[in-house]
Amino acid sequence: MADPDVPQADARAELAVEIVGLHKWYGEFHVLRDINLTVTRGERIVICGPSGGGKSTLLRCINRLEDWQRGRVVVDGIELTDDPKHIVAVRRDVGMVFQQFNLFPHLTVLENCTLAPIWVRHMPKKDAEELAMRYLTRVKIPEQAQKYPARLSGGQQQRVAIARALCMSPNIMLFDEPTSALDPEMVKEVLDTMVELANDGITMLVVSHEMGFARQVADRIIFMDDGQIVEINEPKTFFAQPQHERTRLFLQQVLR
Amino acid sequence: MAIPAEQTYLRTVPAERLPPPAERAGALGWLRKNLFSSPGNIALTFVCVVFLAWTVPPVLRFFIFNAVWSGTDREACLASPANRDPGACWAFVRVWFSYFVYGFYPIVERWRVDVFFLTLAFGIGWLAWLSAPRRDLGAVYFFVVLPVLSYMLLSGAPRLGLIDIPTALWGGILVTIVVATVGIAVSLPLGILLALARRSDMPAVRVFAVTFIEFVRGVPLITVLFMASVMLPLFVPERLSPDKLLRALIGVALFASAYMAEVVRGGLAAVPRGQYEAAQSLGLPYWRMMAFVILPQALRVTLPNIVNTFIGLFKDTTLVFIVGIFDFLGTIEAARADPRWATPITSVTGYAFATLFYFICCYGMSRYARNVEIRLARAHRR
Repeated sequence: MADPDVPQADARAELAVEIVGLHKWYGEFHVLRDINLTVTRGERIVICGPSGGGKSTLLRCINRLEDWQRGRVVVDGIELTDDPKHIVAVRRDVGMVFQQFNLFPHLTVLENCTLAPIWVRHMPKKDAEELAMRYLTRVKIPEQAQKYPARLSGGQQQRVAIARALCMSPNIMLFDEPTSALDPEMVKEVLDTMVELANDGITMLVVSHEMGFARQVADRIIFMDDGQIVEINEPKTFFAQPQHERTRLFLQQVLR
Repeated sequence: MAIPAEQTYLRTVPAERLPPPAERAGALGWLRKNLFSSPGNIALTFVCVVFLAWTVPPVLRFFIFNAVWSGTDREACLASPANRDPGACWAFVRVWFSYFVYGFYPIVERWRVDVFFLTLAFGIGWLAWLSAPRRDLGAVYFFVVLPVLSYMLLSGAPRLGLIDIPTALWGGILVTIVVATVGIAVSLPLGILLALARRSDMPAVRVFAVTFIEFVRGVPLITVLFMASVMLPLFVPERLSPDKLLRALIGVALFASAYMAEVVRGGLAAVPRGQYEAAQSLGLPYWRMMAFVILPQALRVTLPNIVNTFIGLFKDTTLVFIVGIFDFLGTIEAARADPRWATPITSVTGYAFATLFYFICCYGMSRYARNVEIRLARAHRR
């Protein structure tokens, strides 16, 4: 099944994500302005900043849920172009977790997890189910496997969404505000799952307002405002001595 | 400022969990609550009872108690000293029944139509029974095996010893069922394709779908049928021109597809964007995303509308009569003109029979759809 036309993700490439001179417009509105970012393998990045600053849009460019007008994005050695083969190859290699979970409501938890392994990786059903149960155990909800998503709490649904993404054995995980839609009591269970994942060494990019999480796991924190990357720093410096005026203002608002 | 002690509270004993209070039980309680709760309600109940008393007995008298159940010609259904006020002339329906079912299909070959009905019922049953085994095979049977089998059975396969029966001899319920089944079986998949095409990113595909849908929807079905049966032969040489029934089938199927496309599009629009994004982010290519994630949800949302379109299509099949094809209603029209059965009530009886047939079929579809809806809702919510 090695089709020479289909680009293969290179999991040993030094750079997991490389973004050069990225610009994006929504109509007249310049949402992403001159984004340059390289993420090395195994790095854990947290992206924070005020709403409407372009954080989610940037994250969604990495698996091409959003397109852009200028600049280039290379993920695990595959350049994202308009070629659907490149796009699918990147998406197989990059897992994503959404704010609204986006589980498939007509499928059971187990079927949610096995769908892509069976129909994208062509895995036999039995193997896919074993794999899914392994990841569901890892996010600590194997007993919910036969239920439909609507019967689960928000925190449980988000953990299923994480398991579903992990079932594709991604090299990179994207998290788009994974705890913003959760009741306060459920935030911790999801963050704990993510911390565990971070400790396993997977490359992670997380858009989040959870500053405690950022402090605990991030290798670097990116602060975005108004479509630009304003500051990138390691957590210690970022919280103790933010360099940019805008960052200081933001941190004053969120850390009270 | 200190809050007064009576405004703070600390629970010390948990509140007991109680069963809900009992309704006023029994039939009497139900009556009082639903039929006699207020003066207006009492008046409405009274009006309804009077209306039923006024309409139901005459209807029963006409269709059952005074009806004529057997006889060989019009004499049986005319007023006579024995039956001064004859009701429905079911004897007429009994005598003509096989014509209503088969049309002019040769009598010795009618077993082929019966086999067709059985194989079709088997296919519908297989697909309609949601927990039936191997429904994927059922779909193959219904959409591949059944059409080929039916064609050989009904139209003929000389090599297998089934003589050719020209479609001009087909008629009655046979034709109605063939037109409706082909219309339904073609319009759903074709409608889905058109709906997807209409939402496609590719301009050429989108323009084609929009043009087709808007054109077909902007024209009455009768016009489509006339074009298929009268105008097509003018432009196509006689020997290349397809069979009359086939032309009508194509017309009905394309017409229904355009309507189905709009129904399915409504369902597609109801699926949240996040579902597309989640499927894409897992690397599912377009067709697999549609087949496993989007369409199952879209069709579920729009199931009542789909069945509504099916029911409309089923009744629209009567229009093929206009282009000279003897569907069920057509055979009734022909039979009621028979002078041997010329009585004042022959036509009424014939139409009543047609009404009964169409109602049973359409109400059956409607009930089935309702059951599926309830079942799906129960399975996927709580």
